[in-house]
Amino acid sequence: MTEKGSQSYWKPLPLLEGTSGEFYGFCKNRELRFQRCTGCGKWRHVPRDMCAECGSWEWEWAKSSGRGKLFTWTVVTLAMYPAFKDEVPYAVALIEMEEGPRIVSRIVDVPPEDLTMDMPLEVFFEDVTDEVTLPKFRRASS
Amino acid sequence: MQSLKDQICVVGIGETPFRRLKEPDGTNLSIQLKACEAAIADAGLTNKDIDCILPMEGVAHSEEIAVNLGIDDLRYQATVRIAAAAPAAHIMAGGMAIHAGICSYALVPAGWYGYSGSIRVRQVMAENPMVFSGGPTARDFYYPHGMNVPPQWFSFMCRYHMNKYGTTREQLGAVALTFRKHAQKNPHALMHGRPMTMEDYLGCRMISDPYCLFDCSLECDGACAFVVTTLERARDLKQKPVYLMGFGQGQPYPADDLSNRTDILEMGVTKAAPRAFEMAGITHKDIDFAEIYDAFGFQVIEQLEEMGFCKRGEGGPFVEGGRIEIGGELPVNTHGGLMSEGHVLGMNHIIEAVKQLRGDAGDHQVKDAEIGLVTGYGDFQDGSVVILRR
Repeated sequence: MTEKGSQSYWKPLPLLEGTSGEFYGFCKNRELRFQRCTGCGKWRHVPRDMCAECGSWEWEWAKSSGRGKLFTWTVVTLAMYPAFKDEVPYAVALIEMEEGPRIVSRIVDVPPEDLTMDMPLEVFFEDVTDEVTLPKFRRASS
Repeated sequence: MQSLKDQICVVGIGETPFRRLKEPDGTNLSIQLKACEAAIADAGLTNKDIDCILPMEGVAHSEEIAVNLGIDDLRYQATVRIAAAAPAAHIMAGGMAIHAGICSYALVPAGWYGYSGSIRVRQVMAENPMVFSGGPTARDFYYPHGMNVPPQWFSFMCRYHMNKYGTTREQLGAVALTFRKHAQKNPHALMHGRPMTMEDYLGCRMISDPYCLFDCSLECDGACAFVVTTLERARDLKQKPVYLMGFGQGQPYPADDLSNRTDILEMGVTKAAPRAFEMAGITHKDIDFAEIYDAFGFQVIEQLEEMGFCKRGEGGPFVEGGRIEIGGELPVNTHGGLMSEGHVLGMNHIIEAVKQLRGDAGDHQVKDAEIGLVTGYGDFQDGSVVILRR
């Protein structure tokens, strides 16, 4: 459990260690960045030590356009973690970014029944605690 | 290389009653010990004959099983870390050790207080959400978004399939109804005496849309175990042996992240099934029945496609019209499966296959069953496939 102001935050949080910690550090600065291999240029997510394409240990944190499309999703109606109870129904989605990597996130401004495959989406950021900022998605502005 | 085909046999099976208790009346260990005793007795062996134990990750350790059974000289023990794909994989892992002469009789248990025990799990989770953090990928990139449990993970694949191939809820319902129908012939099944109609299915509440309650397996308090040995030893034992014809194990890539697979529908069985068929030297047409890991009904459709029983995208129509019912072209989950018999980690699929091949399945017997296929499925769609014959 962590504190945000006087509010308790009861939902699971990422462990801010290693490359995951770096990923969320950029989110805190309102940037969505993924690893890009400096050997072969391949983008990747989730963070890895090595490039599965070329074996390189070298990478940079390359900035994503923040734009992607809806790849698949589920609409959670029964909260398995009690902390998500007040949010159901909510859509958890897999978003394919323009650069290639896919990311699991939430879509917040579209009613679940209006979601369609390949719908254009864009990232925004939500500070959920003093330490953790989550990337979330909404309908892309055209 | 010498093939293991027909060299290894399942010679004993055991199971506890399958129940849904208010409170656990034992531990995950004690309930498995009861199944172990039954399996050893079924084989006509004594506890001390067992010299290899292959327990499933997370529910027991070989040492505590050995010490309770009085096995003072365990020659080998191992756990294949592919979650609930392990029970089927442990037939092969035990078989390899036995065939290599490392040990003689391998005991494979699995079981849990999956219903009454999980109530406690949820209480603990409510008090501290960080207790159940899963692997690093899930912990850091799925869980914070409210994607925390298997029906949420695997409904991703189902939605994708529905969008791409037009798979319908009625087709998902056909899977659930078939297994429920089979459970009516099986007094051991939790859903025995509780038939279901398509109207019941379509009217059921959603859990993680497109998965409704009846697409999900049944949490269950129960355990099973089996004993594996060589063909030569099997001949002298009490039961008619069931032979291992083929085996395959596989993982989708990357195994630890279901979100960034080039092919989102790739599963462990996509790779495992061709290996199992090659080893067995048979084709799909030779399979008389299949016990397919049904944590969720759609995953049965997905596995049927990925194993090549039909083409990708054709799994929905494949399960309709009675094809997967007892008496149909390919009876699937003749005991009711995890969805209607009870979720005992896929162990009950192996037990059921052995019963079918011994001709001991009672009212749910598949006529003249000679060859059966069993799948295991775990973690983020790891897979194992075994082909057994009488």
